[in-house]
Amino acid sequence: MNSPRSAWLFLAPALVVLGVFFLLPVLGALILSLTDYDLYALADIRNLRFVGLGNYWELLHRPLFWSALGHTVYFVAVGVPLSMGASLGAAVLLNSPLARCKPLFRTALFAPVVTTVVAVAVIWRYLFNTKYGMANYLLGLLGIHPVDWLGDPHWAMPTIILFAVWKNFGYNMIIFLAGLQAIPPDLYEAARIDGASSWRQFRHITLPLLKPTLLMVAILTVSGYFQLFAEPYVMTEGGPLQSTVSVLYLMYDEGFKWWNLGSASAVAFLLFLIMFAVTVLMLKLSRHGEHPDGGPA
Amino acid sequence: MTHGPRPRRSRRGLWLAAIAVGSALLGSCAPAPAGHELTFWTIGREGEAIMQLLPAFERAHPDIRVKVQQLPLTAAHQKLLTAFAGGSTPDLSQLGNTWLPELVALHALEPLQARVDHSDVVRADDYFASIWATNVIDGTLYGVPWYVDTRLLFYRKDLLRKAGFDAPPRTWAEWRRMLAALSDPQRHVYGILLPTNEYEQLMSLALQQPEPLLRDGGRYGNFESAGFKRALGFYVDTFKLKQAPAITNVEAGNPWTEFGRGVYAFYLSGPWNIGEFRTRLPAAQQDDWATAPLPGPAGAGIGAAGGSSLVIFRASKHKDAAWQLIEYLSQPAVQQQFYELLGDMPPRRSSWQGGALRDDPKARAFREQLEQVKPTPPVPEWERIANEMQLVAAEAIAGQLTIDQAAAEIDRRADTILAKRRWVLDHAQPDPAREHPP
Repeated sequence: MNSPRSAWLFLAPALVVLGVFFLLPVLGALILSLTDYDLYALADIRNLRFVGLGNYWELLHRPLFWSALGHTVYFVAVGVPLSMGASLGAAVLLNSPLARCKPLFRTALFAPVVTTVVAVAVIWRYLFNTKYGMANYLLGLLGIHPVDWLGDPHWAMPTIILFAVWKNFGYNMIIFLAGLQAIPPDLYEAARIDGASSWRQFRHITLPLLKPTLLMVAILTVSGYFQLFAEPYVMTEGGPLQSTVSVLYLMYDEGFKWWNLGSASAVAFLLFLIMFAVTVLMLKLSRHGEHPDGGPA
Repeated sequence: MTHGPRPRRSRRGLWLAAIAVGSALLGSCAPAPAGHELTFWTIGREGEAIMQLLPAFERAHPDIRVKVQQLPLTAAHQKLLTAFAGGSTPDLSQLGNTWLPELVALHALEPLQARVDHSDVVRADDYFASIWATNVIDGTLYGVPWYVDTRLLFYRKDLLRKAGFDAPPRTWAEWRRMLAALSDPQRHVYGILLPTNEYEQLMSLALQQPEPLLRDGGRYGNFESAGFKRALGFYVDTFKLKQAPAITNVEAGNPWTEFGRGVYAFYLSGPWNIGEFRTRLPAAQQDDWATAPLPGPAGAGIGAAGGSSLVIFRASKHKDAAWQLIEYLSQPAVQQQFYELLGDMPPRRSSWQGGALRDDPKARAFREQLEQVKPTPPVPEWERIANEMQLVAAEAIAGQLTIDQAAAEIDRRADTILAKRRWVLDHAQPDPAREHPP
């Protein structure tokens, strides 16, 4: 057996699985997005029309798509920095030599990640209830007027962001913690001897050495947050006034609620293109940023 | 290294043998198909109650076994369509009557008129006429009503009396006066709760108008009609006058307790809330609330003909057995039992003449309303149109659109949604299956 052939042979199972369960469905969805497949087409395939890029064209002319995209970008732009900041902060605190009961805190902060979103959402909905919620009760103690957290179109998305950040920051925290523990302690020791403050230690040792981890976490979090769905689905059902409808929520409604699989596939592909572009941009920017610094070593 | 593969291969042989033996054992475990095994899908809470009705049916029909699958309401629609696409529909199913046109459009359902004609149990004239009509699409009967649902007024008798009203409203004008008297936004007290994300309330008011909601055989929206604008105006005014809070049902959270506390004097809702109020309000308050038919623009109002039907799927191999189950569940005695278990109201007049229903004062308004209901437009797109209608209405409530603008916007959205339907109707192919009902 020559080696390229045996290499293909070894690759074959993975390739077959990838082809059958990933490439074929994606190709099918792409073709579907060029048709107006809907309930009528399901009834009788003669009702299927090839519409070319019609679905995409229509979507780009639909105000709801743009507002859904706006909500999603809002969620990503505010949620990702907040989430990463919270993760990094928690990781740094946990990694500090002064911290006590580390395993307890690590578990407690990680717990929201492993709880189910539906169960947690029930509790959050009570916390943010306008009349009986604890959030408004605390605001009331400070003399601030109650906020209609989930009912006011301006407040619903911030509440969702808060919920998502709380729910997810523990996961990244664990990754950051691993990254922090990989930084050699003698670097800090040297910095301390040179008289560097803890902020400068963080700025010039922790951040540069954590950069690869930060980039990976950023990409994962951005692509995860672009797929915002479960949080509005369980907290607000897209409301009030559709102010928490995300792109994925729009796709779910189109595809599974109304069975317009054609335009739902188009939404999926548009979202894919956007996420792809953003990820490429992030990789480019991070590579760009490497040159002036000249690497951390 | 050379020894490696050999034991592994023999181990794989063992696994294969184990799987073969295992599957043979499993196969022998499956019961032999004696008689008929019916698959029956229920949606929501009905599944649990039905389990208590089935033993009697299975005793009477020893050759039929019924396998009930409970679908949660939120996943049912999707599951039904997916089952149709995958060719795995059940023998019979419960089906909301707004979903019926969709499954008829898919040719998924069996026409039932011939079976009804030969039935001693199911008699069309005993059913509330408008409820029966929701099961007839283009002149063909596809379902037998199982339970009914219509929205009407729950109200606080004591609060109304305190404000000087002895009887519930009969007209919109009276209703408006009561709402005004019972609302006090300063104290966070409102006349009525109308969750802004539920379309049933506005739809009920819109159905009271003489103009149909869709025109030209369901080809276009008819929301710019004078009647719909009147209904939308009344609905939106209720919020503008602070007689209803502009909140969704997610924020309303627990409307029952708030109704008990007098935060709302009216609540426009469905029959299941009779049971909710009975269990959630204290015994001392049970005489303080009552139900009333919907007020109309001038005189007694019309309600929406909602509810669920029982349907048989075209692909079923046990249609006769499925029909026997439908007949059993349609018996007045069984429907009364069903009401006692769950509070689902029967669609037959004779079922109302006995059992717990006959003397129940809280149910009486429903009985009265059910003679005065109107079906929603029988097009598969209706639920989507109603959703869009409500979204636009919510914008009007928020003050972003005027009534005229909102009506025009609903029409525009409805026309877009109906575009494919117009194309299909204009390119209709003769359908042999539908022309010869058995």
